[in-house]
Amino acid sequence: MKKYSDLEFLKLSKGQKFVYRLTSFFAAIPRAIARFFLAIGRFFKNAALGIGREFADIFTTFKEGDWKTRASFLVMGLGSIARGQVLRGLMFLLFEAVFLFYMITTGGYWLSLLPSLGRIGPHEEYNAVLDAYTTAYGDNSFKILLYGVLTIFFIVAFLYTWRLNVKQNKIAQEYQRAGRRLKSSADDLRSLVDEQFYKTLLALPLTGIVVFTVLPIVFMILVAFTNYDGAHNGYTNALFSWQGLANFRTLLTWTGSGVNYSATFGEILTWTLIWAFFATFTNYFLGMFVAMMINKKGIRLKKLWRTVLVMTIAIPQFISLLYVSKMFAKNGIVNGLLLNWGWIDKAIDFWGSTAHNGLLPRVMVIVINIWIGIPYLMLIATGILMNIPADLYESSRIDGANAWQQYTKITLPYMLFITGPYLLTSFTGNMNNFNVIYLLTGGAPTNAAASGAAGSVGYTDLLVTWLFKITTGAEAQYYLASVVGIMVFVVVAAISLVVYNVLPSIKNEEDFQ
Amino acid sequence: MNETLEKRHMGLKASRTISNTIIYIILILMSVIWLIPFICIVLQSFRVESTWQVGYVIPKQWGWDNYIALWNSDFRKWYFNTFLIALIVAVLQTVIVLCMSYTLSRFRFKLRDGLMRFMLILGMFPGMLTMIILYRVLKDLGLTQANAVPGLILVYVASSGMGYYVSKGFFDTIPKSLDEAARIDGATRAQVLTKIILPLAKPIVIYTILTAFMGPWGDFVFARYVSFGTSAGMNVAVGMYSWLQLDRIGQSYTMFCAGGVIVAIPVTILFMCLQKYYVEGVTGGAVKG
Repeated sequence: MKKYSDLEFLKLSKGQKFVYRLTSFFAAIPRAIARFFLAIGRFFKNAALGIGREFADIFTTFKEGDWKTRASFLVMGLGSIARGQVLRGLMFLLFEAVFLFYMITTGGYWLSLLPSLGRIGPHEEYNAVLDAYTTAYGDNSFKILLYGVLTIFFIVAFLYTWRLNVKQNKIAQEYQRAGRRLKSSADDLRSLVDEQFYKTLLALPLTGIVVFTVLPIVFMILVAFTNYDGAHNGYTNALFSWQGLANFRTLLTWTGSGVNYSATFGEILTWTLIWAFFATFTNYFLGMFVAMMINKKGIRLKKLWRTVLVMTIAIPQFISLLYVSKMFAKNGIVNGLLLNWGWIDKAIDFWGSTAHNGLLPRVMVIVINIWIGIPYLMLIATGILMNIPADLYESSRIDGANAWQQYTKITLPYMLFITGPYLLTSFTGNMNNFNVIYLLTGGAPTNAAASGAAGSVGYTDLLVTWLFKITTGAEAQYYLASVVGIMVFVVVAAISLVVYNVLPSIKNEEDFQ
Repeated sequence: MNETLEKRHMGLKASRTISNTIIYIILILMSVIWLIPFICIVLQSFRVESTWQVGYVIPKQWGWDNYIALWNSDFRKWYFNTFLIALIVAVLQTVIVLCMSYTLSRFRFKLRDGLMRFMLILGMFPGMLTMIILYRVLKDLGLTQANAVPGLILVYVASSGMGYYVSKGFFDTIPKSLDEAARIDGATRAQVLTKIILPLAKPIVIYTILTAFMGPWGDFVFARYVSFGTSAGMNVAVGMYSWLQLDRIGQSYTMFCAGGVIVAIPVTILFMCLQKYYVEGVTGGAVKG
């Protein structure tokens, strides 16, 4: 393709610029992939070099260290205590003690079973008291996987701390040799509310994120490589075990007969993308339109219109969504009124109609999502529209621009530029919009063609609601849910990557400050 | 000459009146559409003659029966649970989010960029995926079913650090020169935060409290997992959802409406009082992305 210089690029029209950016993005993909692999190679090379340097440094620290330093290699913090940095030393010592205690009492056990996920499953055992065979429970695969991962996290943290401890000793030794004063415990404490205040602030939030977000995500990624499901729950009925890539193969290969996961997955993914597209852009444009109407000069009671809309944000979604879903039920108010007025002779099955691949329920969820989303978008758009310099409109009117031209040449570009990142997060957020779908339809109506595959798949099911359905019920194919979750991640990441590279408004973060 | 100008002026004025009239009609229609479901909920909650869904809006017989039935049901427990969760989460989550966003806005440390990128990537995993495991962890800790309330608080608060974007965007707009001036005068970093930044950050603090308080009222999926059919551990969303299932809807539809009204009132009042801050947060946050 033709490459433009900066000057030539500036001369292009808006559309051409966009097309150019898009094509050059895709044209750059082969090179990006090559660069990616090169980067991976470089990463490993650097990592190897770095590790080599670390080991060399550890070795020289030991060789040149005095007894305090050397002792710290075995008993962490000893050197610090001996040099008068008592607080620091005690922290190191305490961490080591906790770590050793954990590893000896339980950590070693979990780690040793991690490769097999448990050896002894539930089995019949002779019970002398009852004089009968009863079920005895052996290992618990779920706990082995969970605590195994936790133990690995802990080991990594320990290695890092140990390395820190060695480094500290080296620095302290050099300081003392040079005759400089070491930081006292009081200094350390003071630094935690001053230079290193960020450590104090981040300690709690990051611990929470690691334990309650990172650990579960790592766990669930690993589950995708096992056969964890309702029939192999890891404790009461059978152990589960590693399966390699078998689950990914199940989901992605076209079997053609019987339960066809790949077809189901493809169908749901398509609807998820369609839904996300419409849910995002209908809200966006209609919300902007409403904001412009309310903002228009000469419209009175601006505050009232806004308040009416904003009030609906306050009401918890489960109330409004559930209620609206019941309003449109077969025996709901809407059908009742339409029948009473004689506009229809037979109740419309808003949520159950499977005609045209469930077109009616699909349109309904998008329309009701507009009802939910417009107030929010109206707020955002109002804030931004007020920031557009008024003289832009003045001068364009003098130049004879009409309202439509003003909209397409001033308002829309400005809005798109500012809200680009928001549109992206809103798109990916809609892909994972569990609440709207689940509370409105629960995924209904059932898609007869696809319902053979795990859980009963409906026409309005998104990937997330499907994922949820897979994990409930007796079958509870957790491994499949994990695979689907990973696929959702892949799709979201891919979309974000493309958009981030094409969007004009991704600016340097520091620009805002 | 003069006449044509006047005519044009008149024409402009007429077209403006027409367009304004159309806008008023649209706005009135919209207000009606947006309010109808809520008006219906309120009206239905006072319907006495039947408890199931009907095809008309105005009750034939008015009364407080549904609210009395509500008072005598488990709803009281659910409401208390939810209120407690919302209150505690509002406080703790605000602290965590502010710590996180202030740090990422003001400090430049080695792992900062890596950390932010890492959290962006974490956010791309569907949260649904982690629920199974969180449920099992809470079960191991004995924090499910009847003890669901502390369990839910723990999970909401612990994972709230990821939602720092909006308030970081706000902190970014407070000039750094303020910090530097205070530092030159001998303030520690902690003093800068408590004495300089926090007083300036009132809108975003209120925004964070408000959103944190409103969140637990609507949480449905995870709360259902954790309470697992035990009424004592349910929040309003889970409990009231069960009223609309096929086996219960005949007896509980009007009770659901009454419950909806009771849930919506405090949240809506709080929201309308603090609306200003919410709007500030939402618009600021969206612009920063």
